[in-house]
Amino acid sequence: MACFILNLRCSDTLWRSSKLPTATICALLATVQPKSKKTLAKSGVKNIVVVEGVRIPFLQSGTSYADLMPHDLARAALQGLLNRTSVPRDVVDYIVYGTVIQEVKTSNVAREAALGAGFSDKTPAHTVTMACISSNQAMTTGVGMIAAGQCDVVVAGGVELMSDVPIRHSRKMRKTMLTLNRAKTLGQKLSLISKIRPDYFAPELPAVAEFSTSETMGHSADRLAAAFGISRLEQDEYALRSHTLAKKAQDGGLLLDVVPFKVPGKDTVTKDNGIRPSSMEQMGKLKPAFVKPYGTVTAANSSFLTDGASAVLLMSEEKALAMGYKPKAYLRDFVYVSQDPKDQLLLGPTYATPKVLEKAGLTMADIDVFEFHEAFAGQILANLKAMDSDWFAQNCMGRKSKVGAPPLEKFNNWGGSLSLGHPFAATGCRLVITAAHRLKKEGGQYGLVAACAAGGQGHAMIVELYPQ
Amino acid sequence: MLAVISPRPLLFRVSVKLFYVSSFSFLKSTEHKLITRFCLFPARSHVSCDIKGDVAVVRFNTPNSKVNTLSRQLSSEFTDVMNEIWANEAVKSAVLISSKPGSFIAGADIDMIEACKTSQEVTQLSQEGQKMLEKIEQSPKPVVAAISGSCLGGGLEVGLPAAFDMMLTGRNIRADRAKKMGLVDQLVDPLGPGMKAPEARTIEYLEEVAIGFARGLANRTVSAKRSKGLIQSKSLCFSGMYYAMALPFVRRQVYKTVENKVQKQTKGLYPAPLKIIEVVKTGLDQGHDAGYLIESQSFGQLAVTKEAKALIGLYHGQVLCKKNKFGTPQREVKTLAVLGAGLMGAGIAQVSVDKGLKTILKDTAQQGLDRGQQQVFKGLNSKVKKKSLTSFERDSILSNLTGQLDYKGFEKADMVIEAVFEDINIKHKVLKEVEAVIPAHCIFASNTSALPISQIAAVSKRPEKVIGMHYFSPVDRMQLLEIITTDKTSQDTAASAVAVGLKQGKVVIVVKDGPGFYTTRCLGPMLAEVVRVLQEGIDPKKIDAISTAFGFPVGAATLIDEVGVDVATHVAEDLGKAFGERFGGGSIELFKLMVEKGFLGRKAGKGFYVYQEGVKNRSLNSGMDEILARFKVPAKPEVCTDEDIQMRLVTRFVNEAAMCLQEGILSNPVEGDIGAVFGLGFPPCLGGPFRYADSYGAKQLVDKLRKYEAVYGSQFTPCQLLLDYANSPSKKFHQ
Repeated sequence: MACFILNLRCSDTLWRSSKLPTATICALLATVQPKSKKTLAKSGVKNIVVVEGVRIPFLQSGTSYADLMPHDLARAALQGLLNRTSVPRDVVDYIVYGTVIQEVKTSNVAREAALGAGFSDKTPAHTVTMACISSNQAMTTGVGMIAAGQCDVVVAGGVELMSDVPIRHSRKMRKTMLTLNRAKTLGQKLSLISKIRPDYFAPELPAVAEFSTSETMGHSADRLAAAFGISRLEQDEYALRSHTLAKKAQDGGLLLDVVPFKVPGKDTVTKDNGIRPSSMEQMGKLKPAFVKPYGTVTAANSSFLTDGASAVLLMSEEKALAMGYKPKAYLRDFVYVSQDPKDQLLLGPTYATPKVLEKAGLTMADIDVFEFHEAFAGQILANLKAMDSDWFAQNCMGRKSKVGAPPLEKFNNWGGSLSLGHPFAATGCRLVITAAHRLKKEGGQYGLVAACAAGGQGHAMIVELYPQ
Repeated sequence: MLAVISPRPLLFRVSVKLFYVSSFSFLKSTEHKLITRFCLFPARSHVSCDIKGDVAVVRFNTPNSKVNTLSRQLSSEFTDVMNEIWANEAVKSAVLISSKPGSFIAGADIDMIEACKTSQEVTQLSQEGQKMLEKIEQSPKPVVAAISGSCLGGGLEVGLPAAFDMMLTGRNIRADRAKKMGLVDQLVDPLGPGMKAPEARTIEYLEEVAIGFARGLANRTVSAKRSKGLIQSKSLCFSGMYYAMALPFVRRQVYKTVENKVQKQTKGLYPAPLKIIEVVKTGLDQGHDAGYLIESQSFGQLAVTKEAKALIGLYHGQVLCKKNKFGTPQREVKTLAVLGAGLMGAGIAQVSVDKGLKTILKDTAQQGLDRGQQQVFKGLNSKVKKKSLTSFERDSILSNLTGQLDYKGFEKADMVIEAVFEDINIKHKVLKEVEAVIPAHCIFASNTSALPISQIAAVSKRPEKVIGMHYFSPVDRMQLLEIITTDKTSQDTAASAVAVGLKQGKVVIVVKDGPGFYTTRCLGPMLAEVVRVLQEGIDPKKIDAISTAFGFPVGAATLIDEVGVDVATHVAEDLGKAFGERFGGGSIELFKLMVEKGFLGRKAGKGFYVYQEGVKNRSLNSGMDEILARFKVPAKPEVCTDEDIQMRLVTRFVNEAAMCLQEGILSNPVEGDIGAVFGLGFPPCLGGPFRYADSYGAKQLVDKLRKYEAVYGSQFTPCQLLLDYANSPSKKFHQ
């Protein structure tokens, strides 16, 4: 337990020394550590398992996927899942997919992707959206369907294509064009057209800001970092850690969820292309991206715009076993939380973590693997500090005391959204499957997945390793 | 530009203008925190200094006060601290900051200025301030002011008309706007909760950023030049203007334009704006030293004028009327129900929902309800257009409002305010209906402008819970709330009503019950006199001109149109019955005929004037000619000069106000002044009827009353209280 460093400054040294075989140490720790509960199975509640999970490589937007459409990426992920599991297509009862920025032509992207991926046209599919936790929502929707006994096999996933986002005509122009449709005579049409003014042609870009507050997420992250007194240096160090660990995981072949994707007209993409361990000096040169000129959030310590898709195969345990599968993990308790979208936009994990632990009857010490979505380095560090602050627990969350910060040596050990990339709606599945893979590799039992999302929402879920 | 009704900007115009060019302005920041490089002001009581590395952090903290104010005592402390900083080799730059979240320096200490006996004393104060500020301006070490919250000050360096505007109006400037204008260099957004209270952490963060900025300025990694201020970025297109201003001829033209504008808006009743122009003029024409000198001298002169005394009196009165003298109510009002979605009802709902009160707006007809809800939406949406509210905030505020036609949910109401038609039978009906559905603790308040509350309460099962809450139209703009207690109203009910009023942002006076209470009762005789003047053949435009020239923000004829002729008729009849001859003068039949013809005032599009959407210059309603001709009476030439007409209106007002004090309707002259100025637009420069009686002289007032009494009779008979004051010249309403 000595390595449960709560003070982040001290832990700087720790993650630098993570070249040491920390994984082994933790594995040892995990095996010797007694758990509050042997398993999270509940009587009368179906065990739901994740059989497999895959993702296509996450690419920086504007690179190899630039000319595709969102359902193409989703299709690739679904096909990858089919190939990896060889699940008979007609066994799949339902498909749920998450997406954030909707392509208007494929607003139910789940259905378009499923049809194109060769699923049975008898398998219904729907699309969900909940900002950065959209695929978490897709998975828990599937969990609910299975738990309710309505389905046995559900495919869930998420897709985001930031290389192409819908840019609209201005409202005035749209109105004119729609009225034009209804105009009957040439005279009416001409009169409408004659009303068009140059400003009608100004396009409407998709909002990068929170609708309720008009504040961009980066700006909010910068204020959040300032509220928790997190320095630029700490943020850069954390970002460097993420890239370094991701690189190690990539090079060590640990990112088993990645499936290659042959992009039409281009080479096969086999790995994530946003992992770039840099140096503190280089990162230090960057100017603040949002709060200028004195802010601390920069391009280097933020997650970047990413294209990607992911998919998981969920089943009831008995169905999986009946079909001869060896499941990877149980999906156990989960929670959704929401809070002030202005000042606490990105603090979802802080609210969700103690709640899901209580629900599962576990403590922080029971968790062997933490997989948190890294929107910004400052956001992660703020969450860690918030979880470790009695003041915050008492004054903002109405709790008696803090839950404590997760120990960093168990935290996002194979990189995170900062380095692997963050295709909004695809990240949730990556977190869950990475937690499962890490539990197996590191010898743990319980993993905790948590993420923040636009709108001031958040999510956490406990993943339990399937007995080996 | 000029807010004529609200005396507050005027107040600052008088009291705050300490030095020129780097002029004072009133900066109030709610959204952001500001950092500026110039300007900085000494605070009262406590100035401390920390050295952080090579940066000195100077903290203002007036002890035992929510805000920091410029006081004599601590000007000197600040001077000492600054001198130490300049002498200290190790210090390369300085940051000025307040230890109080939300207040940098709220303003000059009014008590300090009031305490000055002579204009020379004030001039000297001003000069000390100037010297200090000049020194900071010329400081060899960069000085950064980290401003959070209200602040007097800005580094306005140019005598462009844009600068004129701010000096003259003393308006509040939002932080982002201040940055655009180039008043401030950087904005720091407030932080949310972290590991301590957001306000505390925000000010800490502001200090951190300011220290970084100061250090950057000292070692030249940050440019001292403001990058994108409006004044600077406009300087290119204004450069022509600069050259033009160098020409005496052009300069004279500019002065003239500004002077005319000011003259038109102040009617010459407020001396400060013209003085400011003079000061700027001197500074530009004869150089800084002459400018500073005349500025301090002018400030000294202004500070001891009767206008300054009147405005300072109003300031103190307003502070007093922002307190709840009944203490904290046992139960906080969280759910409010408003009956009647008319102008008043919807207005009350609007100022309630935006303070977080759950509000039910009930009307009897869908159409009326729709109109009322639209009024609330429009009121809030205009703030969105002005960017003081986001559309999201508007929506979330509106979610506090429930419009309905029935009494659903009244079982949860903590207070019901009725704003139904002014008819005692309707009020009784409504009161009985409401009492059948509300919980035992719920307060019933009547927003009537004239019906006695005890009369309304007569049918109540629980008269201790009945109170009057008299709002003024338009509710979202008029600051006054007149609360009326009857003999049976409980203390706790009064405490609740005042608490709600204060929450709604009102200045609250509490008066005893009686016909017309205080405000309506004062207005009654004056309006009766207006009608008489009209009958004597003076046209409405002329009456408006005469009354605004006296300092009333709205002309007397226009006022009747605004109030509504039907309402005025009602009130005049009721009060006439209650008070008899004293409320006579004009013929009420004139009003009645107007009502008959549908000339109800602004709301009907026609009254004395014709009102058309989008037409600013309204014309006289020609339909009135016949009515006015029918009621014409011969004028009495001996009391018909402009001044006499003004005095006829005002003396009747003041006499009635004094009578309210005499009868105990008013508990003190302060509330009387506040009620008259904030509710009825009594000229702020006169400070209210009682302040006016003091400055004009009770004896002189009585003399005037006697003169008119001789012509018109008992309507002008001075009341006993006024006679008492007239008989002993040392007796003043305000000591």
